[in-house]
Amino acid sequence: MNELALKELLYKMADDQLILGHRNSEWTGFGPLLEEDIAFSSMAQDKIGQSHALYSILHSLGEQEPDTIAFTRHADQFHNCLLTELPNGEYDFSLIRHFLYDTAEIIRFDMLTQSSFKPVAELAVKVRAELRYHTLHANTWVKQLGSATEESISRLQHSLEYALPYALGIFEESPYEKELIAEGIFGGEQALKEKWKTKVEEVINQTQLQLPDWKTMQPILGGRKGKHSEHLQPLLDEMSEVFNIDPTAEW
Amino acid sequence: MYGGGNTFEGIKTDSLAQEDPIKLAEFEARIERGEKIEPTDWMPQLYRKQLIRMIEQHAHSEIIGALPEGTWITRAPGFKRKLSLMAKVQDEVGHGQLLYSAAETLGKSREEMINDLISGKSKYSNIFNYPAFTWADSCFISWLVDAGAIVNQLANAKGSYGPYCRALDRICAEESFHLKYGHHCVIYLATGTKKQREMFQEALNRWWAPMMHFFGPSDKISAHTEVLMKWKVKMSSNDDMRNQFLDMYVPKIWELGFTIPDPNLKKNTETGRWEYTEPDWEEFKRVINGDGPCNKERLEVRRIAEERGRWVREALKAPKATYVTPLA
Repeated sequence: MNELALKELLYKMADDQLILGHRNSEWTGFGPLLEEDIAFSSMAQDKIGQSHALYSILHSLGEQEPDTIAFTRHADQFHNCLLTELPNGEYDFSLIRHFLYDTAEIIRFDMLTQSSFKPVAELAVKVRAELRYHTLHANTWVKQLGSATEESISRLQHSLEYALPYALGIFEESPYEKELIAEGIFGGEQALKEKWKTKVEEVINQTQLQLPDWKTMQPILGGRKGKHSEHLQPLLDEMSEVFNIDPTAEW
Repeated sequence: MYGGGNTFEGIKTDSLAQEDPIKLAEFEARIERGEKIEPTDWMPQLYRKQLIRMIEQHAHSEIIGALPEGTWITRAPGFKRKLSLMAKVQDEVGHGQLLYSAAETLGKSREEMINDLISGKSKYSNIFNYPAFTWADSCFISWLVDAGAIVNQLANAKGSYGPYCRALDRICAEESFHLKYGHHCVIYLATGTKKQREMFQEALNRWWAPMMHFFGPSDKISAHTEVLMKWKVKMSSNDDMRNQFLDMYVPKIWELGFTIPDPNLKKNTETGRWEYTEPDWEEFKRVINGDGPCNKERLEVRRIAEERGRWVREALKAPKATYVTPLA
């Protein structure tokens, strides 16, 4: 098995989950209603738990401890897509990001249940089950707010147009794309993207939102190669503030 | 989490004059027999009013209490602490949700309660008007503020109003996990590096006075609440709860090698009661009336969250929106 290809895949997935989990957790105490504080916290816990599980697989492949990997790297060593690191903004952006991202993730983990690398295939079954609730949550809210008031529709429309080019960055290809597909580790970003588009269309078509023509959209790339926005490093500095008081201490 | 003290107004002697004496006697007999009062049962206006006040303050304390700890979620050191703290603070918000529902059964809507919180008309536990400067402060809250809350809530769970008691049973079960989490965090600080021990000692120095205030003014100066004790609205006196807390937790703090910043703190072996320097009740009053280090900030955060979320709540009410059946 091509270990470099496998690790690259695991790192980007784990980093995505960690960073978006962190962003979701920032809603605690600030949600538009208590039920949404609680929902975003649940999703944050799932995502951070999933990132820990993925870092643990990496650790078993010879990488460092999950805490060290998550809390001590610099932004340019992270492989998350840019969509996950953008600030929460208003609820409409957080919701649309959650919808676009989790729609992709549930398909990704569904594909990974067939992975030739058993530890990932086994984990994917569990993660897929958790993500069902995330997509149920996202779809329910997008359908509701995307068909309700003038303000809610226009806010969601604006956020949708803003987030889509970043969302296309989820599928930025790995240098090992061919190997991953050939060895049956993962079915590849292109296949994932096509399925994702269909699913996004299916939900948006049930609302009063308009999906721009895919052909007009330019993906915003770079995250998978460690090229990030100005938002990631401050997030990481905050995340590791206590840990770095003494990285050798036990907390 | 929630502190019990200072939640009641003084009772006016004529507040029960309007009530039907036969119904009042039946009501009191039911409570005397240990029965629970349910939302549609007859109850004196004063009982309803004081319960709304108490449950509402409790609910506010949960959501405001989520703020000082919540700021440490994004900074918690390591996966284990990060995941635990997220779950803990989520529980607190969930307690708020549960308690607003319990208070709503008495006739005040969640929206009215939140508006009263933001306008400053209703109060919340005073301790959350103090800042959590370091990770060790958040550990103090998780362990000792939650411990204080459990003392209060276990007592109140034996009260007379059914919906509140049932909410408290569930809340206490969750709080007991918070206590374990908080204690675990503090043990790691106590047995860690010199820096870690110093962090917790400093947190203890900062939080001891607010912790003593947590249970409310001394019985000597508290409003008279005999009728509320008889109706099982208030279940224990402020001093009794404070004493119980000291009895349970001072030995544990000392065991970890920390110094409590009160030279007069000791247990009187003859009376079995703890003796301590009288807390500064003027400071307590000043803070609860709005002049604490974080009062403005806490309410401002809540106000902004409400403002920013208004369009979402409006959109849920929109007539042309389709109803989605809730999962539970």
